[in-house]
Amino acid sequence: MTSAATTTSRPAAPRRRVPTRRQVPWPVWGFLLLPAAIEVGLVFWPALNSFYLSFTQWGGVGPPEPVGIANYENLFADPVFHQALRNNVIWAVGFGGLSVVGGLILALALNRPRRGVGLYRSAIFLPMVFSLAVTGLFWRVQYQPDGTVNTSLGLLGLGDLERQWLADPDTALYAVLIAAVWRQVGYIMVLYLAGLKSCDPALQDASAVDGAGPWQRFRYVIWPQLRGVNTVVFAVTVIEAVRTFDIVWAMTGGGPYRSTELLSTYMFQQGFTFLNLGYASALAVVIFALAIVFIITYLVRATRQEVES
Amino acid sequence: MSRRGKDWLFHGIMAPLSLLWVAPMIFVVFIAFRPFDDITRRGLTALPAGFTLDGFRTALGSGGMGQAMWVSIQVTVPAVILSLLLASMAAFALSRYEIPFRRTILLTMLAGNLLPPQILLIPVSKITESLGVYDTVYGLIAIHIGFGMGFYTFVLYGFMRSIPNEITEAARIDGAGPAHTYARIIMPLCRPALAALAALATTWIFNDLIWSLAVLQSQSKLPVTAALLNLQGGFVSNWNVVAAGSILAAIPTAIVFFAFQRHFVSGLLMGSSK
Repeated sequence: MTSAATTTSRPAAPRRRVPTRRQVPWPVWGFLLLPAAIEVGLVFWPALNSFYLSFTQWGGVGPPEPVGIANYENLFADPVFHQALRNNVIWAVGFGGLSVVGGLILALALNRPRRGVGLYRSAIFLPMVFSLAVTGLFWRVQYQPDGTVNTSLGLLGLGDLERQWLADPDTALYAVLIAAVWRQVGYIMVLYLAGLKSCDPALQDASAVDGAGPWQRFRYVIWPQLRGVNTVVFAVTVIEAVRTFDIVWAMTGGGPYRSTELLSTYMFQQGFTFLNLGYASALAVVIFALAIVFIITYLVRATRQEVES
Repeated sequence: MSRRGKDWLFHGIMAPLSLLWVAPMIFVVFIAFRPFDDITRRGLTALPAGFTLDGFRTALGSGGMGQAMWVSIQVTVPAVILSLLLASMAAFALSRYEIPFRRTILLTMLAGNLLPPQILLIPVSKITESLGVYDTVYGLIAIHIGFGMGFYTFVLYGFMRSIPNEITEAARIDGAGPAHTYARIIMPLCRPALAALAALATTWIFNDLIWSLAVLQSQSKLPVTAALLNLQGGFVSNWNVVAAGSILAAIPTAIVFFAFQRHFVSGLLMGSSK
């Protein structure tokens, strides 16, 4: 290193290295400030604006009219909001629960290298690359009155269960949920596969020698080591569940009779169909408020990772 | 149970399950190649009696999927390149220099990516109006850059930190300025991370729906995902056209997946777990 310094004609004496390292050269500020300015202008400034707009009444033309907390008062009295909130809770629990449990089981099954494992993993992971709108359309076809779901039920002798899955308010939300889980499971599986890879195999072997059965090995040896992954999976899943929009918009648009209305679809309808921009902003703030705890969880985890590295 | 028996049990469960997993896709492919008359006459689930590309032809032509595909390319390519460029610049500054509060800056940028898009939709739509880029691909490109950048910066920062300091120190002593160090040393070394992020960003941006609905209006400017929903509205019960359209929309990201499988998967893992 020092020999490199002596070959240069410039007097870049090693002595000056410590002070210059602390000083950030001016082009470097440009490197940072340009991207930061773009993010502030396109993300943080608009986000703050949403808070402001949520206290106004605005049709998009002319200046917004401040109305205090009226939007929020209306929101909490709005039966559609209650329905959307309830649906969102069902969605978060169902979508999160099914995809996490399914993804974890698949990861455990497909963890060890074996013939065919790569093929099975790819098959389950493939839907993850499709857009949620494509997923929605794929499944709309399956749920048609004469689609695969009803036909399969008929073939299994369960013809009584046949119905118009997406047109029936009792089943529509769950039908959409299944489609979303079908796509999400592969992602969760990949996250858990990575987590399992970092588990110490010696611990498992040791516990097997000590006579631990598969369940005990999972419960007492593997599960505790997955804590970090669990935090990430949990945070990511809830954040995604709260912001879910595309698949519902593509499959049902929130209907029938609001049975699949989520906060985000209701917000979109209020904002972009009815141009109730203040009211829609209040809904957006509620969505944000529901996500913020999990965003912070994720960030805390990211900080810890950053400190460790 | 014997090892043999265990293997049989494993494949006996996994093979049908995987098949069940891909069945919806196979089914849609079958429908896309069936003639419209055949579907109306014999129902959706009948085995194909004929083979035709009419569904694809209609989807690409009057269905607008061809036009939409071109729009999506116009949005995705610049958005991926520019957001990775800008993010790598920020990551370079944060990872290689003693910027004050760099961890706070980094996490704030990451937080921007985690925000629900809903909280940005209305103001962003208004901002694109006031800048005169509402209903243009430029507005959409800008949003994808702004919204994705925090995550890419975070991942690239982590990657750049793992590059030994000696390498850049040596360059500095040899008289390389920051721009030179960034372009000639750090960026080439970051190629694996950039490839992974590019694969991931391509699918995210290509698959986007909500942003395009918020800032685009003209039918002719809709990217693939939004056009697909229009197609569905315009060709109700023409299931062969709808199926063909959704396959067309799925192909580009499927290609990214198969071509960059390893990069793609590692991209998903970056920043989410160790």
